[in-house]
Amino acid sequence: MHVVILGNGISGITAARFVRKLSDYQITVVSSETDHFFSRTALMYIYMGHMRFQDTQPYEPQFWKKNRIDLKRARVERLDAGSKTLHFDSGETLAYDKLLLATGSKSNKFGWPGQDLKGVSGLYHYQDLETMEAYSPGLKRAVIVGGGLIGIEMAEMFHSRHIPVTFLVRETSYWDGILPAEESQMINRHIRENGIDLRLQTGLKEIEDDGTGRVCAVITDKGERIECGYVGLTAGVSPNIDFLKDSGLETNRGILVNEYLQTSLPDVFAAGDCVELRQPQPGRRAIEAVWYTGRMMGETVAYNIVADTAVNRQPSTINRQRYNPGIWFNSAKFIDIEYQVYGDIQARAPESHVSIYWEHPEGRKSVRIVYDKNTSSVLGFNLMGVRYRHEVCNKWLREKTPVETVLQNLALANFDPEFFKTYEKEVIAVYNRQSGRNLASKRQGRLDEVIQFLKGRAVESRG
Amino acid sequence: MNAHNDTSLSIAQPHGLRLSAKVGLGLVGLGLLLITAAWFGAKLPAAPGLLAVSLILLAAGTVIHARGLYLHLPEGIKNNGVWLRSISSKGAVAWLIGIVLTGFYVLLYWFPQYLGLGSKDVPNSGLVAFFDPLSRLLNGNPASQWFVYGTLYTVAILAMGYKFILKYRHNRYQVVRTISVMFFQTGFAFLIPELLERLNSGKPYFDKDLKNMWPLNYDFFFDWHLGNLLKGGNFGLFMLIFGVAMIFLISPILTYFYGKRWYCSWVCGCGGLAETAGDPFRQLSDKSLNAWKIERWLIHSVLVFVTLMTVAVIYSYLAQNDGKLWIGKDAFAWGTAAFFLVAGGLVFAFRKRFEGLKDQTAWLVGGVSVIIGGILLINTFSDAKHILFINSFELRKVYGFLIGAAFSGVVGVGFYPLMGSRVWCRFGCPMAAILGLQQKFFSRFRITTNGGQCISCGNCSTYCEMGIDVRAYAQRGQNVVRASCVGCGICAAVCPRGVLKLENGSTDLSARTDETRTIRIGKEGVSLL
Repeated sequence: MHVVILGNGISGITAARFVRKLSDYQITVVSSETDHFFSRTALMYIYMGHMRFQDTQPYEPQFWKKNRIDLKRARVERLDAGSKTLHFDSGETLAYDKLLLATGSKSNKFGWPGQDLKGVSGLYHYQDLETMEAYSPGLKRAVIVGGGLIGIEMAEMFHSRHIPVTFLVRETSYWDGILPAEESQMINRHIRENGIDLRLQTGLKEIEDDGTGRVCAVITDKGERIECGYVGLTAGVSPNIDFLKDSGLETNRGILVNEYLQTSLPDVFAAGDCVELRQPQPGRRAIEAVWYTGRMMGETVAYNIVADTAVNRQPSTINRQRYNPGIWFNSAKFIDIEYQVYGDIQARAPESHVSIYWEHPEGRKSVRIVYDKNTSSVLGFNLMGVRYRHEVCNKWLREKTPVETVLQNLALANFDPEFFKTYEKEVIAVYNRQSGRNLASKRQGRLDEVIQFLKGRAVESRG
Repeated sequence: MNAHNDTSLSIAQPHGLRLSAKVGLGLVGLGLLLITAAWFGAKLPAAPGLLAVSLILLAAGTVIHARGLYLHLPEGIKNNGVWLRSISSKGAVAWLIGIVLTGFYVLLYWFPQYLGLGSKDVPNSGLVAFFDPLSRLLNGNPASQWFVYGTLYTVAILAMGYKFILKYRHNRYQVVRTISVMFFQTGFAFLIPELLERLNSGKPYFDKDLKNMWPLNYDFFFDWHLGNLLKGGNFGLFMLIFGVAMIFLISPILTYFYGKRWYCSWVCGCGGLAETAGDPFRQLSDKSLNAWKIERWLIHSVLVFVTLMTVAVIYSYLAQNDGKLWIGKDAFAWGTAAFFLVAGGLVFAFRKRFEGLKDQTAWLVGGVSVIIGGILLINTFSDAKHILFINSFELRKVYGFLIGAAFSGVVGVGFYPLMGSRVWCRFGCPMAAILGLQQKFFSRFRITTNGGQCISCGNCSTYCEMGIDVRAYAQRGQNVVRASCVGCGICAAVCPRGVLKLENGSTDLSARTDETRTIRIGKEGVSLL
């Protein structure tokens, strides 16, 4: 049995590792990007000089041989599902019994004039990093288009090299489609505090050619011309599936898959950024290009690939698994402000969502807890500059815990390092002011309390 | 809006260092120049004042440099350009500093006369003489090369500690911890011993650094030191009892509650220098599995070595003083043999009870202990001249040269810019080895990981000075319980997703190392926990 995995990102590699754990099948991972798996989210740290490329690789080179995972550096031009063969641009072919498509994303380009000039690039692939590096020496200014997570990363990257940055954000405030207003404004302030030229409500109209095919300026939708030697296009990503157009695979924006991550073709699976779920879980999107969902899909699909083929193995103990990513969580870091989210936090919350929002007077930390007005169960946590425990928040959310119970036990969620000032009392005070109640914290947040809480044992609460 | 918003140039400085940061470096250079001039015998006016001036230049220069480096920037992690600069990425500057430091340690340990150390008939000259005034002020005697070293060491920890505090000023764990190492170095390692020396000046010399325990302080049980302790009056006796209590009582208790960090990154002088002056080099530690393998063999070999040497040395001392002390050499040999046999036997017998202890390791630990105990017994019966059939004098000479000087000093600090700041602590220090075994098998300390939030970026592993591949644990949601972890907390500080936390807890002592996987395949599909 030969399992071929297309793409060596977090989904493909997680799948390969789990197929190996579950079976003896031959595994080949194909990538045109790099020889070895690296953490895509860490690309920025290479440019900023925090790490070398090899430091972003979670496994040492001998890991692959030891685990009998073959790596092949090649670019796939065409998938022939009929004969179960991949055709490479070198003319070579590779036959598979089971195929996993984990090809990731590509940066969005919305047909801007000049978008294919030299010195214009997104930030997704390793090669994008090489482009940024190549254009950095002597660079007088970079313009970044698109106010999402990658945009602010790119701004921080150039900023770290003392290259002035102009950051064009179409929305009225940074990432305000996802972040509630207060958090979004906090990030606006932080971007400016760092000396980055943030232009809100400003879009890109066109990119100017210097006459040699290289970028020399951008023109904004307000008609302003900004001279620059580099343009970063960071207006989101979309599934990287162009080469599959004629394969007979059913696609929409991404590769369409069912809950078992099977595509429309037999023996072909898909996972990660390139996937579009036919039936996403309630409240979740069909395409979620996030590290964490990629990892969960990688693990799930490994079970399904092996379960699908395990008929000949006896006794087969491996069952198919539905992809169920559980309660939403995510994290990021906006220059120096860490961000964590658990559960349902909406930028424009419905009327039934009530927010408890506390912000530190210095404006770089905040805690938002959202609960349901009618049932008063907790719905979500949004943290800026404060760390909360994933397991604790997840348990409260899963069990639809009443917000007052959450608040009284909030110290259990605190994950900031020792000696840090804690803010549970301040958060509770906000709630007390809002509701006229008089709650008090019942916990100190010691690890022993946390473990007992997670294990579901009742702990005597300290008055 | 656009014009006044464009403050890029005010913060993103195209030419790197601010003026004040450069001036600070200049002052440090001036201080070094004065010290070097004094070393080479320049006829400098008013030496006492000049020593003060040069030390102040070193400290104040570093302070001004650090302020210029960090204070104008928002609080947060400051690792930009670490791998792009020569000094912190094993470039030419790093080699230069490495060679100068290594050379200085070679002179310090083996050729102190070139630093200007005098003798009975010849007064100090050069660098050592330059420090005479301060030494006279503190302990009443002319300086030794060790006084020069101790002073510069303390200034380095204080000045670079200040820089570290500014760099991590957003992180109170780092600030408190650094104040602690600065305090213990200045008070316990430097000022108090020197002042006690002055108060105790009639008595023979013994080590007066309370925190300096065996086996890091390997000559604690040497005959001359034991003798001087016993001749040192009440204070000498106190130091002897406190020293033994530190080894068998105080340190195991503290390590049980807080892990070895209470010593290695909060108190210890070697750790103090590594955490402050060595901080710019922490990323240079080797993270490979091979390095980990070498580490385990090397550090535990040093531990066995220092233990054997100490047993032999005490035996010789007791043999020479037979009948004069409350314990004789035979009683000691019997006692030590029994200790090793029982300890080895216990480890082996209860190997299943220690979480994370592999059978192979239990065999090794039990086996080595039993062999040592057995040899001790045979030895006692055969009435040999030397215990363990080894000449203790030769043994301690070899240890002093190989481990005490070459490893801990020359390689340990000299190689900072090439192998990272914790080479000695990781590969050599027998104290770290003992505390590490306690931490691994009997401590409430661990680094917890935060659910599924790890993005495998590698910052934690890269900035681990002990070369632990923290990411390997974090990405599968497993607690980090490692013998070598000194609990500096930098992995938790540099993590961009808030995944790591240093914690102590006793609820799950037997399950600290369980693979608590956060993404789990179950009947309902993939779920979290």
